[in-house]
Amino acid sequence: MLAVGTLLHAKHLSRSPLEITIALLVPVVQATLAVYLFRSGAEPHRLLEAAVGAGLMGVWSSVLFGSGGAIQNQRWQGTLEMIMLAPRPPALVILPITLATALTGTYAMIATLLWGRLLYGIRLDFADPLAFAAAAPGCVLGLGMFGLLLASTFVLLRNANALANTMEYPIWLVSGMLVPVTVLPPWTNPIAAVLPTTWGARAVREAVTGGPVWPSLGICLAISAGCLVLGAVSMSYVERRARAAATLALA
Amino acid sequence: MTEWAIEADGLRRTYRSRTGWLRPRRQEVEAVRGVSFTVRRGELFGLLGPNGAGKTTTIKLLNTLLIPTAGTARVCGHDVVRQTREVRRHIGYVFGGDRGLYDRLSALDNLRYFAELYGVPPRGQRARISALLELVGLDGRERERVEGYSRGMRQRLHIARGLLHEPDVLFLDEPSIGVDPVAARELRRTVAGLAETGTTVLLTTHYMAEADELCDRIAVIAGGRIRALGTPAELKHHADGRRVLEVEAYGVPDARLAEIQDLPGVREVSVETVGAAQMLTVQSDAGTDMQSHVLGVLNGIRLGRVTARQPTLEDAYVSIVNAHRPEKVAA
Repeated sequence: MLAVGTLLHAKHLSRSPLEITIALLVPVVQATLAVYLFRSGAEPHRLLEAAVGAGLMGVWSSVLFGSGGAIQNQRWQGTLEMIMLAPRPPALVILPITLATALTGTYAMIATLLWGRLLYGIRLDFADPLAFAAAAPGCVLGLGMFGLLLASTFVLLRNANALANTMEYPIWLVSGMLVPVTVLPPWTNPIAAVLPTTWGARAVREAVTGGPVWPSLGICLAISAGCLVLGAVSMSYVERRARAAATLALA
Repeated sequence: MTEWAIEADGLRRTYRSRTGWLRPRRQEVEAVRGVSFTVRRGELFGLLGPNGAGKTTTIKLLNTLLIPTAGTARVCGHDVVRQTREVRRHIGYVFGGDRGLYDRLSALDNLRYFAELYGVPPRGQRARISALLELVGLDGRERERVEGYSRGMRQRLHIARGLLHEPDVLFLDEPSIGVDPVAARELRRTVAGLAETGTTVLLTTHYMAEADELCDRIAVIAGGRIRALGTPAELKHHADGRRVLEVEAYGVPDARLAEIQDLPGVREVSVETVGAAQMLTVQSDAGTDMQSHVLGVLNGIRLGRVTARQPTLEDAYVSIVNAHRPEKVAA
């Protein structure tokens, strides 16, 4: 059910020209800015990090807006009621959507890597290609699970996109997707430590530059699994609230 | 196993909304105000009522999408609040309109997804989907994206989706809305066929002919309450002792309508706009010939066809609904 649901939702998302354009263009613009920043900072060796980091930002944006926006979209399409009517735990109904948004977020990663290679000649010299091949999907899976927790808060709010907008940049900044968390103010460290995005980004970066990938990936998946459990509990509560408050449909 | 497929007892539902941030205003709308009825297994039960009467809210209370503010309901013996998942295993839900499908996916993908979601065993999915596509006449078009489908085709896909898991109880919420007459006839045939195979159907509709043709029993709901319940033949008795005059007219002002309403012997006056014309339906006491009086009031107004006839289920419905409205001229 999860696999079929994820693939069909990914197929549905992938056929939206607007969403695909945004998913491909925004990360490329961000990657361009990062490359020029790193170049002017005399850190040309970090250009691959810029490309990968911008790709991760794209995955995060896709999960964030996907988890909130997709559920809002389900409402607009009138499909939210239909999927919530399924005799399944609500978490199992929504998880394929959040996994699909993470999966389509990988388009951003592919776009930034291709853009870096073709336009700036950035060589894809991963320190550990095998670890990268595991870390990137692992990070995507983790973010998809994290998305369920976001989704459970968004499903009750009719204007969830306002919340999503305020969360996009702070999270990728605090998670160290582009710049390491060590250069951020110390008060951000505890926040960064509990976010799966931080550990996912670290795992991917370590696969690119070298470092202990597996512990970071393990922590990312462990926190994400925690978010999944929390999201599942929350989703059941939220579904009942939504039935009481009549927020599953538009009217 | 209980003989009832649906049992509703004193269902009530209040919608609460809040607008504004600085000075929030709270509003409460009582959509359903104590609805009670039962539907036998295999029965085709109609819920008729004007817009805003509480039909859709009642259906959503029964199919677990809403939690009642008060009252209880059971579907196939399961409580809709406490045994949500059991209820969902037994029901299908189809609503009218364009929404509710994944437009950028094909009909086949839509059905595959919902088959997984509704727990259709993987081994039987292909055969079930093929059978349903054939039933609703979409075989051969199943690989096309839904966004290219006509409204009628979407509606048929909705029905196929609602039947995927072979539900014991099917809720049809205005399934023929916006569907052309030919497609609507096909739809009625499909619904009648379902009832013949033992599926319990709860149907809401605006179309009296549809309800008359299909339903074993009908409940008329208005203002959140059931105003009448019975077989179509029983409901028609609400218009006994009346006769009906239909007048096609153009540009009848409200004052003239009020004048007709005030004529001695007139029970109800309703107006339906059909293109540029207005169709006036005047119900009066059977012993009174109103034609000359009504035409007298309409003197000077361009008129079309004028017909006198016996009351139908629709007239009975109008009389039931209007009896609970403050004003008597229904548009």
